[in-house]
Amino acid sequence: MKTLKIDVDKCNYGRDCGHECESACASKVFKHNDPLRAALHIRLLENGECRAIVCDQCGDCVVVCPADALKRNKKGIVLLDKKLCVGCYTCVGFCEKNVFERNPEWLEPYKCIACGICLKACPKAALEIAEVPAPSPRII
Amino acid sequence: MGNPYAGLTDYLAFHRVETNYRHRTECDTDVAKLRAAHRLLKETTFTPKLPERGYCHRGMYINVSTLEIKEQPVTQTMKDIFIGGRGFGLWQLWHAVTPKTRWCDPENEIIISPGPMSGITQYPGSGKSIVVTISPQTEIPIDSNVGGYFGPLLKFSGYDFLEIQGKSEKDILIFIDGQNGTVSIEECPLEPLDSHILAELLTEMYAENEADKVNISVVSAGSAADNSLIGMLNFSWFDKRRGCIRLKQAGRGGIGTVLRNKRIKAIVIRGPVVKGDSNHPADFETIAKTGIKLHRELRELDPSQCVMRRNGTAHIVEIMDAYDLLPVMNFQYGSHPETHKIASYIWDMRCTQRTNDGCWYGCSMACAKGADGLTLRTGPYKGHVVTVDGPEYENVGGLGSNAGIFDAEAILELNFYCDTYGICTITWGTICAFVMECYQRGILNKERTDGLELNWGNWEADLELMHQMAHGEGFGRIVGLGVHKMKQFFADRGWGDPALLEDIGMENKGLEYSQYLSKESLAQQGGYAMTNKGPQHDEAWLIFMDMVNKQLPTFEDKAEALYYFPLWRTWFGLNGWCKLPWNDVSPKDNHLRHEPHKIPEHVENYLAMHGAMLGTNITVEDMLNQSARVYNFQRIFNIRMGKGLRIHDKAPYRSMGPVSNEEYTSREERYDQQIIDEMGLEPAKMTLEEKVAAHRAWRTDRYEKLTDAVYKRRGWTPNGVPTYERIKELGIDFPEVLEVVEPLLSQT
Repeated sequence: MKTLKIDVDKCNYGRDCGHECESACASKVFKHNDPLRAALHIRLLENGECRAIVCDQCGDCVVVCPADALKRNKKGIVLLDKKLCVGCYTCVGFCEKNVFERNPEWLEPYKCIACGICLKACPKAALEIAEVPAPSPRII
Repeated sequence: MGNPYAGLTDYLAFHRVETNYRHRTECDTDVAKLRAAHRLLKETTFTPKLPERGYCHRGMYINVSTLEIKEQPVTQTMKDIFIGGRGFGLWQLWHAVTPKTRWCDPENEIIISPGPMSGITQYPGSGKSIVVTISPQTEIPIDSNVGGYFGPLLKFSGYDFLEIQGKSEKDILIFIDGQNGTVSIEECPLEPLDSHILAELLTEMYAENEADKVNISVVSAGSAADNSLIGMLNFSWFDKRRGCIRLKQAGRGGIGTVLRNKRIKAIVIRGPVVKGDSNHPADFETIAKTGIKLHRELRELDPSQCVMRRNGTAHIVEIMDAYDLLPVMNFQYGSHPETHKIASYIWDMRCTQRTNDGCWYGCSMACAKGADGLTLRTGPYKGHVVTVDGPEYENVGGLGSNAGIFDAEAILELNFYCDTYGICTITWGTICAFVMECYQRGILNKERTDGLELNWGNWEADLELMHQMAHGEGFGRIVGLGVHKMKQFFADRGWGDPALLEDIGMENKGLEYSQYLSKESLAQQGGYAMTNKGPQHDEAWLIFMDMVNKQLPTFEDKAEALYYFPLWRTWFGLNGWCKLPWNDVSPKDNHLRHEPHKIPEHVENYLAMHGAMLGTNITVEDMLNQSARVYNFQRIFNIRMGKGLRIHDKAPYRSMGPVSNEEYTSREERYDQQIIDEMGLEPAKMTLEEKVAAHRAWRTDRYEKLTDAVYKRRGWTPNGVPTYERIKELGIDFPEVLEVVEPLLSQT
């Protein structure tokens, strides 16, 4: 299945870049200039720890969604059908990586769908859409 | 309790545990043919609308005698005093009936009301409706709290309650279309009664397409409701993953019997497409954040706390056994060597995992488990492969251990037939336990049971009795009267000592006890019998606080708990909440908070969401007062209907202490020690009969003392009547309310 991967050695977590991946995602996908609206985030924490917050398409949210609104497509990417979503945010609360985002205009949450727009924007070429084995559904 | 994993491999191999949750016997009934036989008796239109801040400000009234359909107002007084849910139901019922109204009279009503919080999708446990009627079993108002999609879909169609009155001459169904704004009453001669088929057929019939099925919910009973006083209501929802309907139950008190007495086969609703803000709250963001916080809590803590997501409420079977609280053989004993055969690890395997089992969107506690792939071994559906809703703890305790049945597959089959026939599993469990003890003690025999050998553990006889009852045959017709009326029936025929029947018949006010042993918890004895509708654990579950954790040492402490918890829990029923997410998961730091048993952070959650929905801020004290208004109103309603006094709060002695010598002997060490510590006597110098009698005197006396303390704390007279001061303080001093209590208060 396809998933967005971040090469942490190259990325450097925004130490010497302008978070171009987040800006590209926010503006091109969500038509919004605020990088906080992006579906991926790279973070340098106060304690020096680095963190990438991005969906790895693990599929836990597919298992817990009560409306059957989250499903894998043929490429293995987990997509949310907004027509079916009832805005319960079970997916948000049950995601161990906290990759779901919300914004005030939408009832439905969103997350990275490995579209690849951020790839070209990254000055470090740290991002790639990788092919990885799909995990089995878990009991959560 | 022995090695819980003994025989596990054999069990799995023998029963070939099914993991394909879409494998079941398909219903081959021709839906078009059924619908072609419908005759439209009445159709009217309405303007669908979504609620604003939790209310639609109207109810729907349908009279199935006159075919009148009209809107009912929701006044500010109703909102202020009665809130919604159970409060609205009781208020509407009060005006519909007189003190002489019996359950089967046309003026009796069934009111289904979701509360103002019902239908929230972000916080677990918000899909509840409360159903109110005059009960065939207790002959006073019963309220039953039920999940499934009906309540929220009713609210999102534009109604705060549905009120049904009258009696039809022919079998009918009511169809409310909240998408197109129509209500119809249709004659429906061909539909079968049993819920697992009926709800499936009607979902198919009224959904426009496959995607529309989630917008359909069916309220139905089952064939047992036609032939007993203990019929219940099933509320359906469409389970997309399983591809079938699922059922939740308004079980207690015989509401299904009332539905069928009105000749209503089903009430079908087709609601609008549900979105996250369909309730139009004042502050959506607060509800969203609070909901996500609880989802996270469940994700992190449920696996190490209650494991509700995997086992549902059945996770406590072995815990109850370990603490001598599991009802065994009509509440005689509290544990059994074979409990491991029905313990939670069995249900963990038998309930299908990796699917979503909430009975409303967003309930991530997901306790509405389903056991798929059960091949039925008896009855009209013998050989069918079915999905069973459950089992819950009450079903395992009631259908299992209380009847001496320690066979998981038998419990599942009993559970399935209870649901589809429309029988409350709690009620059936306690009824069956009673008749089995009567059989054990020779009060019943094969001649009196029409040949049924009702020995402990005989699940085939148990099922045969249920099939008989559902079809109005044999001894089944007698057990369908319930324990209260059976005691009289047996006594009238000289079957058994009437005093013994009173001791072992586990009912109060005409309602059967739910499945916990209360002998060693005085507070829970009150929690069962000093209730409005009869003994259940919906009002108070105090056994652990009282018996295990010793947090309620004095009568006053117990009385305080029997003041606070019934009011706190009533609040769920006013607002459309489920109680389980309140305390079946606790925040990590809960033990550090003041009064941790009240789960303070979750109380704060409810306060925050109440404010966010309605746009008004309330305190904990306000919450309790909201409940107290309805609680005391219901008490006075009971008095109006002929019960609700001290005499009606008496408990059967089996719930209080050892009735028989063998019960005493089974816990001799504990009981002897109590004779020394509590009574100052010397058990070594007493006969067994003297010791049993000494316990009865001590236990009965302290129950009376508890009653005094509880009534005082609740603001009631020693006879259990709310005082003028209390009624006025609560603002329920309506003239018709005062008229009921006046003759009683003037006597004191």
